Amino acid sequence: MPVLQAEGIVRTYGQVVALDGCDFDVEAGEVTALIGDNGAGKSTLIKILSGTEQHEGGRIKFLGEEVSMDSPAVARDLGIETVFQDLALCPHLDPVRNLYLGREVRKRGPLGWLGFMENKLMRDGSRDAFSDLGATVRALSVPVGDMSGGQKQSVAVARAASWANKIIFLDEPTAALGVVQTHNVLELIKRVRDKGIGVVFISHSMPEVLSVADRIQVLRRGKRVATLRASETSVEGLVGAMTGALDEEVR
Amino acid sequence: MTTTSTEAAAQDIVAKSNPGLVKTITRAQATQIVLVLIGLFVLFSLINPEAFLSVFNFRSIIVNASIFIVLGVGVTFVIITAGIDLSIGSVLVFSSVMSALVMENLGTEGWAIAAVGAVVAVLAGALWGLINGLLVTKAKVPAFIVTLGTMGMALGISQVITGGIDLYNVPEVLVDTVGFGNIYWEIPTLAVIALIVTVIGGIILHKTKFGLYTYALGSNLEACRRVGIKVDYNLTWVYIVSGICAGIGGYLSLALYQQTTIGGNSLTNLAVIAGVVIGGTSLFGGVGTMFGTVIGLLIPVTLRQGFVISGVQAFWQEVVVGIFLIGAVYVDGVRRARATRRSGKKPKRMAIGGLKVGSTEKEGNSE
Repeated sequence: MPVLQAEGIVRTYGQVVALDGCDFDVEAGEVTALIGDNGAGKSTLIKILSGTEQHEGGRIKFLGEEVSMDSPAVARDLGIETVFQDLALCPHLDPVRNLYLGREVRKRGPLGWLGFMENKLMRDGSRDAFSDLGATVRALSVPVGDMSGGQKQSVAVARAASWANKIIFLDEPTAALGVVQTHNVLELIKRVRDKGIGVVFISHSMPEVLSVADRIQVLRRGKRVATLRASETSVEGLVGAMTGALDEEVR
Repeated sequence: MTTTSTEAAAQDIVAKSNPGLVKTITRAQATQIVLVLIGLFVLFSLINPEAFLSVFNFRSIIVNASIFIVLGVGVTFVIITAGIDLSIGSVLVFSSVMSALVMENLGTEGWAIAAVGAVVAVLAGALWGLINGLLVTKAKVPAFIVTLGTMGMALGISQVITGGIDLYNVPEVLVDTVGFGNIYWEIPTLAVIALIVTVIGGIILHKTKFGLYTYALGSNLEACRRVGIKVDYNLTWVYIVSGICAGIGGYLSLALYQQTTIGGNSLTNLAVIAGVVIGGTSLFGGVGTMFGTVIGLLIPVTLRQGFVISGVQAFWQEVVVGIFLIGAVYVDGVRRARATRRSGKKPKRMAIGGLKVGSTEKEGNSE
């Protein structure tokens, strides 16, 4: 059974139909790539499934039960985290603060009521989170804004990975990165999947999609037009599905 | 292969995130500004050692700086969120008028009445802070405009209530102890109160969740919203803190000057904001320390005192503070540009607060 299943999602912006009865599903412990040409509705779909935007038609099922994804808080409570293109990090705060942003651990007792925090516990938690993803970060006290794009991306992914226990959405996680950094982020994605979490990522790079994804779902004009196994397709196959040169539904 | 590459990424993070303690300290604007203050002390001490290096002189410097520092504590919170509070001077006046009125009606003498006066002053300040905060967060009016508006309103209402005439009925116990008194030897009570306010403010800013959110709001408001921080609630409280500090300042001002200084605070807001910015708090938000604010506010007072003692016209103080202010924002800009280049991101556009301080400075001076 899929962790998350969207059926016939409809979303319009005035005259523009962004999603026109779109289906989508996420399996646990699997990397799903979401691809499609510009304007196919990828980002809109992610926003709807993460509670940032609302859909007008269709249903969303979480573990088989219908849910109403009214706000990002609902998604968060279900164990769904999203890494947006802009990462949503606070550049002046260090990785620990960013990792725990909005989820700070208070001290017990009166000091906690006054707003004092368990800094050591959060530090250790962050260190664990980074090493979970194969990163043994020792110095955690530098502002995220002073780090390189790849490092920031790692912090954002680690944050999502440490709070998500079901699904992570990544909207073009490698769009702004260099070759080495891209490679590192893709390795992070595999690590997250190996923890049993369903990973969904949007990408425009077909080789990247083929190297990381287990399954690929293709959107065109607001509809899912193909679901492909990465092992059974090629760049040509993907481009064909995206552009409509060949339509096929695998599985 | 997986392990090696991610470990390489980790090593990368470690390598670049350890600039060394010494370098961190010397790079901090607070350190540079301490050096400036020490330099001023040395300079004036050389010019006129007897007068400058006297207990009396140091006492005047800290008394004169105390009320500004109390206001600066609140303004530091506001500016770290990339906001601005221009209303503090007027709120100070409003609080002292309300406090004086209540104390006058209760009989003007004794500690009990002085205590009631203190509560009134703090509540009056908090009320304006709440108004500022709600207008900024709920009505979405820029902080500069909101606090410019309440600056006029708070002063105007104070003038309407008093007919523009200062109130002089301040409890004697208050004037004798807080206004002129020393807590020990030549250490003024006023300064000790300012110190306590600063320390509490510093602990809240640097150690608590509220302080952390203050930085986070100034750093990336949208990120705060996405991770579920109650943005409006926290931002409103930041303005309330600033209002409370202005209220405390109003009460201390009442004790020091034995009157409501209705006409004497038209430039207080700019003096305090200038000091806070000189102390290294960035108008772009996300950066600032309570320590820097204290140092930044001591500089203008030290300059004035030093010029008087050295026989230089005290008016030069305004000129030099202006230079320091521009210099501080310039240094902040250079640092931000360097950081942006390193991370290869487009620079953030000029913050609302940033532009506005410059323009009001002009307005204020032409008055």
